[in-house]
Amino acid sequence: MTTDQNAPRKLPGNLNTNRRLDRWLRINRDGTVTAFPGKVEIGQGILTALAQIVAEELDVALERLRLAPTDTTYSPDEGMTSGSQSITDGGVALRYAAAEARFLLLQRAAARLGVSLEQLSVADGVVSARSGGSVSYWDLATDDLLAREASAEIAPKPASQHTVIGTPAPRRDIAAKVSGVPVYVHDLDLPGMLHGRLARPPSYDARLVGLDEAEVRSLPGVVALVRDGNFVGVVAAREEQALRALARIKRIASWEEKTALPQTTDPRFLLKETTEDEVISDKRDTAAAARAAKTLEAEYTRPYIAHAALGPSCAVARFENGRYTVWTHSQGIYPLRNDLAGVLAMDKERIAVIHMEGAGCYGHNGADDAALDAVLLARAVPGRPVRVQWTREDEFMWEPYGPAMVVKLKAALDSAGNIIDWNEDIWSNSHSTRPSGLGGINLLAAWHLAQPFKPAPPRNPPLPGGGSHRNAIPIYEFPNQRVTNRLVKRMPVRVSALRALGASANVFAIESFMDELAGAAGADPVEFRLRHLKDPRARAVIETVASKAGWRKGEKGDGARGRGVGFARYKNGACYLAVIVEVEVGREIAVRRAWAAIDAGLVINPDGLINQTEGGIIQSTSWALKEAVRFDRSRILTSNWDDYPILNFEESPQVEVTILNRPELPPLGAGEGQQGPTTAAIANAICNAMGIRLRDMPFTRERVMAALA
Amino acid sequence: MTITIHVNGTGHAVAAEPETPLLYVLRNDLKLKGARFGCGLGQCGACTVLVDGKPVQSCDFPLSAAAGKSVTTVEGLAADGKLHPLQRAFIAEQAAQCGYCVTGIIMTAKALLDANPRPSDAEIRAALKGNLCRCGTHQRILRAIRRASEAGAKA
Repeated sequence: MTTDQNAPRKLPGNLNTNRRLDRWLRINRDGTVTAFPGKVEIGQGILTALAQIVAEELDVALERLRLAPTDTTYSPDEGMTSGSQSITDGGVALRYAAAEARFLLLQRAAARLGVSLEQLSVADGVVSARSGGSVSYWDLATDDLLAREASAEIAPKPASQHTVIGTPAPRRDIAAKVSGVPVYVHDLDLPGMLHGRLARPPSYDARLVGLDEAEVRSLPGVVALVRDGNFVGVVAAREEQALRALARIKRIASWEEKTALPQTTDPRFLLKETTEDEVISDKRDTAAAARAAKTLEAEYTRPYIAHAALGPSCAVARFENGRYTVWTHSQGIYPLRNDLAGVLAMDKERIAVIHMEGAGCYGHNGADDAALDAVLLARAVPGRPVRVQWTREDEFMWEPYGPAMVVKLKAALDSAGNIIDWNEDIWSNSHSTRPSGLGGINLLAAWHLAQPFKPAPPRNPPLPGGGSHRNAIPIYEFPNQRVTNRLVKRMPVRVSALRALGASANVFAIESFMDELAGAAGADPVEFRLRHLKDPRARAVIETVASKAGWRKGEKGDGARGRGVGFARYKNGACYLAVIVEVEVGREIAVRRAWAAIDAGLVINPDGLINQTEGGIIQSTSWALKEAVRFDRSRILTSNWDDYPILNFEESPQVEVTILNRPELPPLGAGEGQQGPTTAAIANAICNAMGIRLRDMPFTRERVMAALA
Repeated sequence: MTITIHVNGTGHAVAAEPETPLLYVLRNDLKLKGARFGCGLGQCGACTVLVDGKPVQSCDFPLSAAAGKSVTTVEGLAADGKLHPLQRAFIAEQAAQCGYCVTGIIMTAKALLDANPRPSDAEIRAALKGNLCRCGTHQRILRAIRRASEAGAKA
């Protein structure tokens, strides 16, 4: 194994950026193995899957795995936990690191037992020689074992040898969670801890013009009032005292507000904005285009959608001896630390950021912002930890929403019912304004300070993954195709990454339009999709879901019940997912059942994949049927669950998921493949049931009535 | 002011204002973190505990109203070192994603099964109307409650 220091070889996944083996793994003398993931648990079950990967490659029992909390003091920098990349980037790194650790242990065992490597086998960390004699990892391990750069020259096991990967493993965290054990950052309770609350402005650009600070400071339990420009926070001894002080501030503070929000919540306001246009797909075949017999056009929209984590954001921070320690449910502790260091104008090495779980996040919510809030309040009370708990209203009004989008489609069919031309234009803001440390500060409080920071320029993640244009390029095969991304730069409403980014609206539009075209071609929607697809894996998920759902060619709804299909390959490079849903339209639209087929390549934890897929489908059903952020010209009007109803237990569908496992192929990201296909399948099912086509999310009773009128 | 409440069978004298939401007393004074803050408005159910056997949203329930009553939190469900059948059923069905809502849901379900040991699917769904789950784990949660019911969760 040699490594050229001058030109480091590209290593698999995030091993490439975190190249030392001991950054990822430690073999402990007490019979345990510690893995150091840089990816974090956000409710997706990733830690269980990562533990499975290490257990598999090391040949140790799953129970021996310890996972160190992700911490900037020692964890590998894996950037963000986002975009369904934790298995492909973090898991692959651990897979190679563990395979190499096993090899190094076997080398030591061979020397110790005086045999060749070929004579050794491993069972749960005990290395045995064919000729007799054995020694355990726990006896072989020393601190220097993994103190070296990874070579990645030891191939992970072939699928045929897997016993842990591909077998359902119970989640590591569920027993603790159902027992009520403290597990979330919300539960952190440090000695001497104080409680902080923020008195946010009533609207985005409001300016604080009056606040009787003495009155607030005189309230029971109030330890500190932090006022810096338009940033106002209070610290109290007891949590309810902080809340009472917050209520008082809200009552007595006076603010000057602006009217800067869009005139309408209808996403079509985007069509009038200045855009930066980019043609992202352009295919021409004039001979084919000349066969056009029928042309269709349609326009689809998605409103602003809230992540609406069930637990509002929370963070704890302590300022002591010129150093900060921050506990946060951020999806990216290193990028967050960069932005915190920018605001504090201090060396980032003096800030330790430690991840603890929060409520499920589904993308960029208030987690990072709450971390800065806690830091700013902790600065006022050196030595005392401060726990900042956002209110429900804070989370709803200040989180960055999933952007509103408009997708316009126009396509031509030939006389045989084949799509021969496809034109698509999408309007959207960027889908990422996460902390980055590049060109500005992407943390809410930083914009409110007396010396405010500018936000960093938004990033639209580039294709093939894409941001607003994620899944904008159809994976179907059309001879003529032009897709234009019209990026809207002005962001009157705060937006960022919401699960699936632009794929949610783009796939909703593409897959709805496929059904409209199938209708115009007189074709069955399942058959029509297959007609335009060559990729065998794409075809397989559609065929499988049709078979599992008992799809009948050309089946029609009965005026109230109907079924529809939706399909996509997430990011055009991650998992394949097809879904069929059954809706019932009564007073409201109800999704009763859903069938899904998913191909995510090599599956690490089948039950974890099913759980994520069910969850994605149910959450998408909620987005599709119910959700839209409301605002007027000056204020966000969505502040609690009454303003923003989500799918409840009486409305949730029954979901059956079928996995098409491909153990011989690489694993594919699978946490976000459900949103677009599910939304489209619901719209298609409504059309199948009632003959009306809903092109604007959410699909409410009012929209059904309007379509019927 | 000192108010005495009985939580999971033990009496506690708590020095707090009478209108303090029970949730903060449980979490901060008694260090019972199983009931969780979700909205502070009684809309989501993450903070559900039982007061004299009835489910209440503790974020919206004043300490004074719990005085002299018997409060049960999720930490009080295990008996003889064994998790409650509902908790075991949630593990068996792997009925959580982020898990933030599950303790409140388990408490709601306990009240349901205590009153109605063999509820129908519709009755379970109706009982959970005040509990939100954002991850979309509804189907597994419903399955877990049915499993506990079938195992005879009345305890």
